[in-house]
Amino acid sequence: MTALLIDFGSTYTKLRAVELDPPAVVASGQGPSTVTTNVMVGMDLALADLEKRMGSLPDFSCRLACSSAAGGLRMVTIGLVRELTAEAARQAALGAGARLVGTFAQHLTGDDVERIVELAPDILLLAGGTDGGNREVILHNAAVLATSPLDCAIIVAGNRAAAGDVEARLAKAGKPVLVTENVMPEFGELNIESARAAIRKVFIERIVHAKGIDRAASRLDAVLMPTPAAVMEAARLLAEGCDGLDGLGPLVLVDIGGATTDVHSIAAGAPTESGVIVQGLPEPYVKRTVEGDLGLRYNARSIVDAAGLESIAAEAGVTGKRVGDLVEQLTQNVEHLPGSKEEQATEVALARAAVRFAVKRHAGTIETVYTVTGPVTVQRGKDLRETGMIIGTGGPLVHAPNPAFILKGALADPTEPLSLRPRRPRLMLDRGYLLYAVGLLSTVDRAAAFTLARQQLQHISEEKADGPSAATS
Amino acid sequence: MTTERAPDSRPKTLVTGVIGADTHIVGNRILGMALAKARYKVINLGALTPAEEFIKAAIETAADGIMVSSLYGQGELDCRGFRDLCIEAGLDDILLYVGGNLVVGKQPWPDVEKRFLDMGFDRAFPPGARTDAVIETLARDFAARAQGLRRAVE
Repeated sequence: MTALLIDFGSTYTKLRAVELDPPAVVASGQGPSTVTTNVMVGMDLALADLEKRMGSLPDFSCRLACSSAAGGLRMVTIGLVRELTAEAARQAALGAGARLVGTFAQHLTGDDVERIVELAPDILLLAGGTDGGNREVILHNAAVLATSPLDCAIIVAGNRAAAGDVEARLAKAGKPVLVTENVMPEFGELNIESARAAIRKVFIERIVHAKGIDRAASRLDAVLMPTPAAVMEAARLLAEGCDGLDGLGPLVLVDIGGATTDVHSIAAGAPTESGVIVQGLPEPYVKRTVEGDLGLRYNARSIVDAAGLESIAAEAGVTGKRVGDLVEQLTQNVEHLPGSKEEQATEVALARAAVRFAVKRHAGTIETVYTVTGPVTVQRGKDLRETGMIIGTGGPLVHAPNPAFILKGALADPTEPLSLRPRRPRLMLDRGYLLYAVGLLSTVDRAAAFTLARQQLQHISEEKADGPSAATS
Repeated sequence: MTTERAPDSRPKTLVTGVIGADTHIVGNRILGMALAKARYKVINLGALTPAEEFIKAAIETAADGIMVSSLYGQGELDCRGFRDLCIEAGLDDILLYVGGNLVVGKQPWPDVEKRFLDMGFDRAFPPGARTDAVIETLARDFAARAQGLRRAVE
């Protein structure tokens, strides 16, 4: 039995043909991404490429796809208090693999609504109020959305006591609306699984059609989820294992791309020391953060802004001026692959900085608060110090001469003792860009998907982890 | 029309917590248990709670009152401007209680109480106040509010 696993990306249509018994990758194929014109063109070119490599195409037992094409799953989230229901809604959208294009809190103003219409989300997630808590704001927000020209699907995940009225207001105005469980039913309780499931349902039922991906319906069985969600499913499966197969335990996954760097953690993140007080919202066990300013092409400049030109230059072993010029080139020509040693060294330094900042923002922090009874340690976010594994994926990492060096940017740094990043994890590389396929396959055969992922992940902790300084190499 | 209960019939919601860099949690737990037993819905923020977090929790849960504990003598500093923060957040009329060891040293209670009432708290409770007394006062104040008064008359 052979499965076909498809990723409709923003640049390429990627295929993986996978044997299920015993699990093994048979072949890979690739074509251009043509979702914005006619998805079939890229799909058929990718299939032809696959056929060339396999000799002939088998009868696939299942053909499953994910997609990040046509701008990904664009979402806007709305909540009441920024740090509470608005944050919970944000977590739900990110956890569903969405590309978050706007987050709003409190009463929506006329300007806010205009802005939301401009953002043209595929799905809007409307939260606000704990169950039995504030009703007024979510009702107000539903009323102003009802009178707006917005026509995207609206998922309501707010105060249960207001959900009926919110639904009625939106439905009466002809908006497609779906009510699900509150993202924060009780104060401080995060409940994002139902909202995530609702987002996925709307993605399958509406968005796949809206983006024109269903035109490829004759070539596949289902488009199941956005690509980041498939990668997240793979990470979760690896951490947890499945029947009879032990998982790898808590882990962090870093996905470096041209526009963003994503970090997933599959970990409770509870304090690793005794006597620590945890503050803030509880963290989701499966957590995804997206750093929209840390991409190696479109946002190379903002990586330099965050790290400092001189620091990138010193690490790459090239002059600051040269780094500036190279970054300019990368931003102008996003398809460019580094050629010269200088270019490679700069790309590696940028990638390492992106990983460092992205994981630092994802991980929790501790601080010491001095009280009358003595110092107390307060933790916010996840303590990932004892996390046993970091998995790296994404083009800049896979194509780099020394991915271990880049991935080590994620590790705890003695000069930043308040940041709770992993100390001594094993470093693994998704060299074959297989994690999306593992995530898709896990929906039909978890054991095969798990075995495949274990086989394919490459252990790179021991690899030479020096910087590729252009000056010394 | 929906069949949900009218907002008035729901149990009153109270946000409780220990303000500032104060780790004394025992009184707060006892108060929380007593309030829950008296059929209040209690949102307990625990120790080391900044003033802003009381307000945020009160907004999201549409709380009817906030009960601030302070045991370490710095209450006067921590609570300054608390009512203003509430007003800023649109909670102009939320019922505000404060209690504990609110000031350092032995100061006459009427002076201390006046200071906290002037800050905009509706009630201040001295060290050793019993939970029964607090709950009884709460009931009278909520009854007075149903009549359109700010708080019950002594």
